Formats: sequence, structure tokens, C-alpha cells
Amino acid sequence: MAAMGALLKFGALLLAAVAACVAWEDGDVWDYDGHKLKDSDFLALWPLPQKVQSSAVSFQLSASRFQFTHAEGSSAGSDCSILQNAFRRYFDYIFGFTKKDRDQRRRNAAGSEVLELQVAITSPDAECDGFPSLTSDESYELSVDQPSAVLKAPKVWGALRGLETFSQLVYEDAYGARNINKTGVSDFPRFAHRGVLLDSSRHYLPLKVILANLEAMAMNKYNVFHWHISDDQSFPYVSRMFPDLSQKGSYHPYTHVYTPADVKMVIEFARMRGIRVIAEFDTPGHTQSWGFGQKDLLTPCYTGSSPSGTYGPVNPILNTTYDFMAGFFKEISTVFPDAYVHLGGDEVDFSCWKSNPDIQKFMDQQGFGKDYSKLESFYIQRLLDIVSSTDKGYMVWQEVFDNGVKLKMDTLIHVWKGNEAQYQAEMARVTGAGYRTLLSTPWYLNRISYGQDWRDAYKADPCNFTGTDAQKKLVIGGEACLWGEYVDASNLTPRLWPRASAVAERLWSDQGVRDISDAYVRLVQHRCRMVERGIPAEPLFTGYCRHEYSGV
Amino acid sequence: MSSRCNLRFLIPGLALLLGGVPSVLAVWPQPQQIRNSAERYSLSARAFLFKHADVSAVRSGCDVLDQAFTRYFTLIFPESGGGGTGGAHNRYFWTEADPFTVEVNVAEGPCDGYPAEGSIENYKLTVSPGQAVLTSVTVWGALRGLESLSQLVEQDDYGAYYINKTEIEDFPRFQFRGLLLDTSRHYLPLQAILKTLDAMAYSKLNVFHWHIVDDPSFPYQSRKYPDLSKKGAYHPFTHIYTQTDVRRVIEHARLRGIRVLAEFDSPGHTQSWGNGQPSLLTPCYRGDVPSGTYGPVNPILDSTYVFMANLLKEVTSVFPDSYIHLGGDEVDFSCWKSNPDIKAFMKKMGFGSDFTKLESFYMQNIVNISTMLNRSSVVWQDVFDYHEIIPKDTVLEIWKGLPEEYQKELSRITKAGHRVLLSAPWYINHISYGQDWRNSYTVQPQNFSGTEEQKKLVIGGEVCMWGEYVDATNLSPRLWPRACAAAERLWSDEVQTSSVDQAFPRLTDFRCRLLRRGIQAEPLYVGHCKNEYQGI
Repeated sequence: MAAMGALLKFGALLLAAVAACVAWEDGDVWDYDGHKLKDSDFLALWPLPQKVQSSAVSFQLSASRFQFTHAEGSSAGSDCSILQNAFRRYFDYIFGFTKKDRDQRRRNAAGSEVLELQVAITSPDAECDGFPSLTSDESYELSVDQPSAVLKAPKVWGALRGLETFSQLVYEDAYGARNINKTGVSDFPRFAHRGVLLDSSRHYLPLKVILANLEAMAMNKYNVFHWHISDDQSFPYVSRMFPDLSQKGSYHPYTHVYTPADVKMVIEFARMRGIRVIAEFDTPGHTQSWGFGQKDLLTPCYTGSSPSGTYGPVNPILNTTYDFMAGFFKEISTVFPDAYVHLGGDEVDFSCWKSNPDIQKFMDQQGFGKDYSKLESFYIQRLLDIVSSTDKGYMVWQEVFDNGVKLKMDTLIHVWKGNEAQYQAEMARVTGAGYRTLLSTPWYLNRISYGQDWRDAYKADPCNFTGTDAQKKLVIGGEACLWGEYVDASNLTPRLWPRASAVAERLWSDQGVRDISDAYVRLVQHRCRMVERGIPAEPLFTGYCRHEYSGV
Repeated sequence: MSSRCNLRFLIPGLALLLGGVPSVLAVWPQPQQIRNSAERYSLSARAFLFKHADVSAVRSGCDVLDQAFTRYFTLIFPESGGGGTGGAHNRYFWTEADPFTVEVNVAEGPCDGYPAEGSIENYKLTVSPGQAVLTSVTVWGALRGLESLSQLVEQDDYGAYYINKTEIEDFPRFQFRGLLLDTSRHYLPLQAILKTLDAMAYSKLNVFHWHIVDDPSFPYQSRKYPDLSKKGAYHPFTHIYTQTDVRRVIEHARLRGIRVLAEFDSPGHTQSWGNGQPSLLTPCYRGDVPSGTYGPVNPILDSTYVFMANLLKEVTSVFPDSYIHLGGDEVDFSCWKSNPDIKAFMKKMGFGSDFTKLESFYMQNIVNISTMLNRSSVVWQDVFDYHEIIPKDTVLEIWKGLPEEYQKELSRITKAGHRVLLSAPWYINHISYGQDWRNSYTVQPQNFSGTEEQKKLVIGGEVCMWGEYVDATNLSPRLWPRACAAAERLWSDEVQTSSVDQAFPRLTDFRCRLLRRGIQAEPLYVGHCKNEYQGI
């Protein structure tokens, strides 16, 4: 009931509003008559834009007449494949794949129709052929009026976000016709790094699932796909240089792997949506599957004085280890265009290292005593040097920082541990030391519970910790993580959405957007919109969508 | 990063490695008796045949079996793409020398009936060189045997199909093995219901409890009272079940040996009924004036009982099962308390201020209506808890409380001589992180203090998937394979299946089989299936 209720409520409020212009104020939303509006008075915009001005004046959109066009003077034209593809995608979203006019005969009087959305890329380099990055400009301004709506953005990345917002402004009236209200939007993300982590090692995720979730990410203005591609359980990445890694380390060498073509497709599909792909190759722990295809890479564990036949983390005392890593990460640096690679570095179990006499000898030589975190640091530092030499920046899990590994100042520290007090203290420590950081602890969405747990995700804020403004500025965002122990293609999408949408709004919208009951009303509609677009996003609570999921 | 303690998570992995149960044993739920040997026979879709035994009481033309042959042929040979038919006289199969023959021998007809309380589901299956012999008393037993047979067929590394020499003697521990879907809190498209019925058959569940209406919506399209869904459904055309839809569900279920138990819950949980049936619900009062809101069904009006009798009469004509679920749970008395007419009625009846008596009064009337319609009633435990006088053949369904509480309730209800269904430990709409199927699996439905006679009154149980947080987007992976745990508990011998760790590798196998059959079943833990789910 909620979905329909909110829609009706919206309509009523719009009719009550009167057109007149008011200056924007930070973080607030006003109607043209100067009334401060509640967020839910809008058509379920999600995540909520920084500034919106809305009006009761509505225009029609006709599938047979509406066009996306490149504005005169735009630095992007019809050779800009990112925009051309986006136009097609959003046309489909807006007109519900029917592409037929249902309203030919009841067209409003002339002048009440939006005939085009002009897209103007305002900076000289639109970045049509580039990749999105941590510093990409995603801002945009949208003005919906008749006969032309205008979307202005410095770069294509902002235009993509603006197209999503435009599509969310369109609503279906009782006759099935598409309408849009006179609206002005000025928008930009609060955080530059807004990610979703998927784990393709504990369960293999078919390409189709990854692509569908990139679609859903774009609907939520996410901009980073953190691909936790390998782990203990399997190594599905097909390396050109070390093909045995997947040949012997994947669940199946042909059906459960990502070929170079697959990886390329993911990266391009993501690029088209303004999403970065950050690959994680977690070491030295979480590497059991690497051992099958790369002899001597892992540390042999000992029982007493003889090898037990089992293996531990990467062996940090052999030169061959670093030769391998240098070759491997050189390949990774060419395959994944993003400026960052995630190196993991979490949860290293020292017991195997402790059991191994060669490691013990090495520890003595290096003067590490019994402190195995020093050995871990030794490994990580050499790895960081290797990766630096490929001109990549790196992200690491918080332990690398906690263990005092020497890090370059542009290292991104990924906070994932602890309860609220603990992660807030960690954010304070990391930023206090001058490092940039991103938060995931409250957003481990693989952890499920009964009821509306999206509310907890929504309430968390990466800037809630004790620190100076300068420290807060070092927070670049966060990631929703869906670890794969209990998740595969069969349940991934409904488990992730719309729960990850809660995180998306926290990371995009103004810090002051916190009204959870208002968020509920918008999110109910947003999830129906995702369902309508083919994403099986699960319900928040009792109710219905006008178009239920039909992919059963 | 993934906050998990390595040691803890190694244990299930270890079980997977050490469990060592050969996959040929992976029949789910575990048959009562199964003996198999390493001797195996290869099978080919081109030389495989179902046929009726000469002495069988059932011949071709029996749609339950004919359609089952077709279905199981495709399930056994998924790569045949369903193009072949298992029809008894399909010459296509005889292009190769001696086909492997599955001979089905059913002792009693008919096969155009409905599965019912007391339907005998026993079967015997013998797989030997060149043939399998399946014997059962009824077609319903034959269906269970065909399911087991299909689960015995494996594919080797080269993709070749084989079956091991096997003998099975099997029967269900409980006659009532149900699954509840709630189509009121969210509308479930027909396809989602039919798919659930398919998966139920794979798990040998045999009752679909259709909680079809409730407070939020009334999707059942009544012939007699069309306004109920017209005004009470989420949408009068897209979010309803037409008579055709209902018939389709019942027939789809029948062909799989599944009963359809419809629930029309009253007097509470009826907000949506009020939209289409004026004056059915109790007007609530604030002080001396009606507040404009409504409470449970109004139990003091004759018109209420006329309506209920008509509605239930229709329902019993639509749903053939000899049981009907009348609900009777969670009645909120505050509205009744506020209403002056109700208060006057209470006084007149001498109920004092005990509103449970008023509820009893109502439920007795409703149960009597269903008795007159020749139906046995199932009601939620609340009805018993209020000491209502209910006919002895009424079945109570336990849904509340922790083990010690529901065990006490089992004692009490069976002591009073009523048959009982257990659902309390199987509310699998409640989810938590990790392998919560283990909790479902370790339930002991007959572990309560009582005599042997009392234990026999436990006729089974139900897995419940209430709909607050579930619709077509997430129903299947939330149901499967979690519901399979209860399915085995209700079918198999409890002693033989007492180890949850031994069940783990079998269930892991079975869930891959479900995926292969197109059921969107979620993983139990890390690992993979040869054929992963192909949707999103």
C-alpha cells in the first residue's frame, strides 16, 4: 500500500504548490513558493539530490517525440559512446520498454510537453573516452521545462548521474502516460568513493549477475565496483601470465572463471555507467586457492619437524614470491585501468608461519623476534613497492595500517572491523595519521537479520567520529560489502538491493538528509522502480509494486 | 575483511571434505530404508522408458502418472530439453536395443482424485540391471517413488547418466507436511506459486497451505462477493487470483500429490475484507462516537454469519480438500471493547468482560459452519488456548513460542485429544546470518511429555513463509533449501537423520539439484554447483 499511498500524496502536494522562484539553500529543498518541502514530497528521488526545486506544473513526455540531444556547444557529440548508450538505456527506463504512445489522443494543449533533454558537457574535455576516477567531476545541473529540458555537466560522469535523476523524475499517470514536472536540480556527491564489494571467490558469480548489479549500482549513483575476485576458496581470474592460477585454483577451469574478455566486458560495462572497477587481490592471507596453481607461493606448515602437507599465507621469505608478485601485478596493472588496486592485507593467520623452521630462521636473521606482524609488514612493504612501480595507487584493509606498515601517504585505508565505537576510533586514528580512508564496517550487508535492517545502514555516517575538519576531509567515502559465504547468483541481487540503496544515499546526499521515515517512503518507490527495471530488489515491508517482479 | 573467524568457518568446510557420503546416497528427504551398491548402470535418454506394470491398477490415460513420466523424464535427462516424453508407448526410445525400463505398479486406483488426508504415500523401488520396479499402493506413492528415482540418477565427469543398484522402501513419518505462503502481505504472481509447488514435490512436501487473505489485501476473487477483491486487493485486476488461477494452482498441486489447504483467517486479520463487505467489521469507537476505524469481524450480527456461511460455502466448492483453515489467531480486543453494541451483547450473553468468550462464540459458529459444509477445520493454537469448545476433529496448529513453550502446548492439546500441527520452529520468514537451516533440522516434533497415543496425534507440521518481507523477488532463495530441512524432518526417520552434519553434504548436493531444476535455491555455505543459477 505504501507505494501507491506515497504516489498519491506526492500528486496532491504538487497541486497545492504555486510556481514562484526561491533561492537555494544548502541541503534543503524548497518549492517555487518558498515552502520548505519534506524530501518525500518528491517523486522518490534516490539518492536525494543536493538541491531540488519543484513545481506543480507538469509536462508530458511522448515516446514517439521525445529525444535526447547534444546541446549546441557541448563538448560531447554523437561520437560520445558513453552518452549515446546512456540515452538508449534511459529511454528504455523512462518509457518502460513499451515505446508506444498510449496518449496520442489526449495530448495536452501545445507547449505542455517536454520534447527533448539537451545534454551539455560544459568543460572542453568531456572525458567520453576516459575512465572514471577518484577525482572525476560528477556534478550536474538539471532544468526541466518545456519544450526543452537541459542537463549541464562539466563531464560525462555528471551527465550520467543527471540522466538517472531525470529518469527518476518521470512518473506514470493513471492513463499510463509519462509526465514530468517543472523541476530544477543542482547536484553533486558528498563522497567521491561510493562502492559495492562483491566476492566472486567464495561463490562464483556468473557474468550476468555482475553486470545486472552494475546496472543497479548506476540506478543508485554508486561509482566503484570493488571486485574481491580471489580468496581462499577459489581463484576465478584467468591470468594471461599465470594461467595455472585459475586452471587449478578455480572451482572449475572453464565454467567458473573470468576470462580476459569477461573482465574487459565488466570494465567497459562499468565505464559506460561511470563506475570504476577496483580489483582486489588479497594477500598474504586469504590465498589458499593461489597455491594450487603457483608452486612454492604459500608457506608450508609444519607439524613438529616435518611438513604437515597444509599451507599457510604467502611465503614472505622467498625471492620467488616477489618475482611472482611483480609479474602478476604488472599484468593486473594493465588489465584494470583504474588508478587503484586493492591489496587486501587482512586477517593473516600467523600459526603456519610460526610452525615453519625456515620462517623462524628468517625472523631471527631480520631481528623480528617473535613479532610476526613485523614479518607481515616486511611482506606488505615489499608488495607495496612492487605495486608502486606499476604506477598504481593502493587500497588496503585497516590491519595494514594497524600493524604499522610504512605506507605512502596516498594509500587508502579501508576500515571494516569492530563495533561502532571501535570503527569510529579507527577512523579518527587513520585520519589523524593523515591517511585517506573509507568505511565499510556498518555496511557488511552479507550479515542479515529479520526485518528492516536497512535502517541501521542508513543511520551510519562515515564522518561520525571525533576529529578535526581536516580529518573529516580525509574520508573519501565507503563501501557496501556483500561477502560471499552465503551468497551466489541465486540470492545475491535481492539480498543486496534495496539494502545497498540505503548506503548509496548516505554516501551521495547531504549529511543533513537523515529523516528515516521520509527515506522509507522514497525507498519503497525506488525499490519498485528497480523492480520495474528488471532488478529483483526485495521488499522493505508489506505492500506492493504496480509492476511486480516477473522474472520468477 | 570479511569478519569471520577462520576456525569457526573451517568446520563446515571440513564436514564437506570428510562427510564422504557418496553422492548416490543423496536422496532428500532420506528414505526410511535405502540400500545401494557400487554397481551402476548407464542410462540414456534414447533408451529409457516408463511403463505401467501389467498388473498395475493404473494404466496409461492416468494423467497424474502420464504427466509425471513426462516431468521426470526431463528432470532425469535435463539436456534432453524436455523434447522427449516419458509416455509409456513412445517408440522413439526403441531405436537402441534394450531400453532401461521403469515399471510402475500401483495397487489401487483411482488417479483422477485428489490427494487427501490419509492418502498412502508408501512406495518400494528396486533398481537392478536394465530396469527399475516401482511399487506403490496409490498414484501418490508412485509420485514419491519417481522423485526418489530421479534423485538416484547421477551424471559422471563425461556427462553420461547412470544409476546405482538400489533398493528403497519408503513411507512418510508424518502424513501432513506443509508449506505456508502468504499472498496477502505481498501478492505472489501465479508463477511464483507454481514454482514453489514444483520445489515442494522435489522435497516430498504434500500440503500447500495458502494463507490467501489477511489485513493488507484480499486477492481471492470471489464469485459470490466480487467486491472483496475488487476493493480489497492491492489492485483489482493485476493483484488478484481469479477462479481460473485458483483452479490452476489446485490442479498443478494435485498432479504433484499436493493438497491445497486454503486459509480464510478470521475474525482478526481481516482489515482488507472490510473494504468490499460493508458492516462486516466491528466499528471502533472513541468515546461515544465511531472513530472511523474498524476492528475484527463483528461477531454479534446475524449478517456476519450469513456472509461467512456463503463465503465458506463457495470456498469449499472451489477448494476440494476436506480441510479448511479458519485462522482464529491474534484477535485484538481493543476495538470490541470500545464498541457499545458489543458491550451490550457481552452483557446479554453473560460473558462479563472476558472477550475471549466472545471470540470463542464467534469461532464456534465458524467451525460449525465448516462442519456443516463437511469440512474439518484447522485453526491456530489461539483457539485452543481460549478453551473454546471445538469439535474433536479440529486440528490445532502451533505457531508460538520457544521449544519449551511449544512442547508444553503439544502436551496440552494432544492431552485434550486434538490432532496437532507444529509450525512454531519453522517460521522461516525469520532469517539470520549463517546456516539457520540447522535449527529447523534439529526440531523433534514428538519430543514432549505425553503418552504414545498423544504422540500419534501429531499429524505433522508446516514451514511458514509469512510475507512481510517477501515477494516474488526473494521468495525462492529464502524458501529453498531452508524449507528442505523441515521436509526431511517430517518425512524421514528421526533416528536415522539425527546428525545435522551428516545432512549437510546431502543437502548441499540437493540444493545443486534444485538449481539444476530451475529452482532458485540459495547456497548453504561456500562452494559451487556444476550448473549455477542462470538468472539474476
